[in-house]
Amino acid sequence: MDTTALETATQPERLRRVVIEPLSRVEGHGKVTLLMDEDDHVQQARLHIVEFRAFEKFIQGRPYWEVPVMVQRLCGICPVSHHLAACKALDQVVGATELTPTAEKIRRLMHYGQILQSHALHFFHLSSPDLLFGFDSEVGRRNIVGVAAAYPDVAKQGVLLRKYGQEVIRHTAGKRIHGTGSVPGGVNKNLAADERAALLADIYQIVAWSRDAVRMVRQLFEQNLELYRSFATFPAHTLSLVRADGALDLYHGGLRARDADGRTIFDHVDYDHYWERISEDVKAWSYMKFPFFKELGPEQGWYRVGPLTRVVRCDFIPTPLADRERREFLAFDDGRAAASTLGFHWARMIEMLHSAEAIKDLLHDDDLLGTDLMAGGKRQARGVGVIEAPRGTLIHHYRVDENDQVVRANLIVSTTHNNQAMNLAIREVARRYLDGRKLTEGLLNHIEVAVRAFDPCLSCATHAMGKMPLSVQLLDAAGEQVDQLVRG
Amino acid sequence: MSAAPAPVLVLAVGNLSRGDDALGPLLAERLEAAGLPGVEVLTDFQLQVEHALDLVGRERVIFVDAGTGTPPPFDLAPVSPAADFLHTSHALSPAAVLAAFVKVRGEAPPPAFALCVRGDRFELGEPLSAFARANLDAAWPALLASCEAR
Repeated sequence: MDTTALETATQPERLRRVVIEPLSRVEGHGKVTLLMDEDDHVQQARLHIVEFRAFEKFIQGRPYWEVPVMVQRLCGICPVSHHLAACKALDQVVGATELTPTAEKIRRLMHYGQILQSHALHFFHLSSPDLLFGFDSEVGRRNIVGVAAAYPDVAKQGVLLRKYGQEVIRHTAGKRIHGTGSVPGGVNKNLAADERAALLADIYQIVAWSRDAVRMVRQLFEQNLELYRSFATFPAHTLSLVRADGALDLYHGGLRARDADGRTIFDHVDYDHYWERISEDVKAWSYMKFPFFKELGPEQGWYRVGPLTRVVRCDFIPTPLADRERREFLAFDDGRAAASTLGFHWARMIEMLHSAEAIKDLLHDDDLLGTDLMAGGKRQARGVGVIEAPRGTLIHHYRVDENDQVVRANLIVSTTHNNQAMNLAIREVARRYLDGRKLTEGLLNHIEVAVRAFDPCLSCATHAMGKMPLSVQLLDAAGEQVDQLVRG
Repeated sequence: MSAAPAPVLVLAVGNLSRGDDALGPLLAERLEAAGLPGVEVLTDFQLQVEHALDLVGRERVIFVDAGTGTPPPFDLAPVSPAADFLHTSHALSPAAVLAAFVKVRGEAPPPAFALCVRGDRFELGEPLSAFARANLDAAWPALLASCEAR
């Protein structure tokens, strides 16, 4: 496909500009700009995310043992993912090529708790209002209170699933936030018997609710088949971690890259030298980089990460209920659901179910109660850690000097991997739904629905009270505002 | 059987590594050090739906956060449930947490207040500004009084 169509207009000075952006500095350092001609035809559509600039400077110069705690402050949405990715990288620095069984299983439990609570938040709070009420529904209904009014059990389950995931994190990381449970070389606490009993008490209900959530997404697809199979959909290369036997593994594995037809680009690649396979392109109009597969080049080598990629591109899921749901997902509508952008939601709920099952299995494993927590070995100067975070592949790469200071850090976060894919999604929506039409709030929400499917992390780690509405500004070619819509 | 929750919950939100966004956590640290009886202090990066469950069994809840548009040095005001969610945001307002409590529990939430301390600079890696530090000191007696006014 032509991935540059609508990226850059030929005569932008003659076009009308539409900006969808948050007014507040605090949340959502992202905006969408559309350039429209006099007949309301879209000539250019771009997603700008301006947040991911200071990560590396924030980390460089710190002692390496501080890093697993410090990096949690990069993102208030998925701090555990940064915590674990940093530890995986720093395991290599301290020479821990293999963790003790207790350490690895505690980390996995923490990670599945994070996936569970993050996916629950996204589906029940951020996306279900769009999906249950329609993309054009009034703003007042598009929130979890709106969902609660219409589907009280669903809203309550969403809250309790979140709470359970947070409890898993608290018991494994030591605290609800700023956890210190994982350290370079292992973990600093096991699971106490009473903690395991407390988590076991509710896990079967959590599995059941997660299964219900998968079925709810399936029903949404069945009821809106034409919309769901085509909305914001386009072919994409993919990148994910897989286990050595091809299974879905959210904590560890080799890199698997597939093209849009599922053909292998590379497979089971050791991520220790990820830069030999992946590079990052820069575009003048965006602060965020554009990763690509080196062997395909920046124009053709962009790819998509995240739940949809992971569920579709693994060979199987190693928990039975989620694997059965995966096979049904892949077969549904002759495979078109698994190729659609809204398939992200279905895949995300399958991963939530897998995480619930994995937590259940781990809680029955006595290794969690073990006391052999740390491993070590020959000190190394650098380390790379990769994990499948809720939003997709997360890479942490550090170089540490002889004084134990981090002298170089490179992070590629999930939202950056998906930069080009999200841009293509909004262009597809702009072309199909906005082109030639007078813009309304409902139509503009289609843009946000497309971006939201990827669950980009726009709100990294900061929050302050204050209004956080989105504004849609219509500007003329001279940059003068001619109209404005505000909501929130 | 779990113990009854402390009557007063102080729920502070913010990020210690983002300049004045540290106002909430720093006030929480100071309050924890004060060790007031009957007061539990929780800190998080931002408010979320599950925080509604932390309100169960409380007599009073005080949300503490930095504010961008707050008149300096701080504002302390009652909060009522309101469905002012943004489906575009991963975070909730105090009023939205109270609304989630009502929907999940089917009952009125405990009386709640929001202590909003004015901050201006929120960039990653920045320290607390002198302006925010002064506002924090000004807000501290009000936070103490809110906790003790039972």
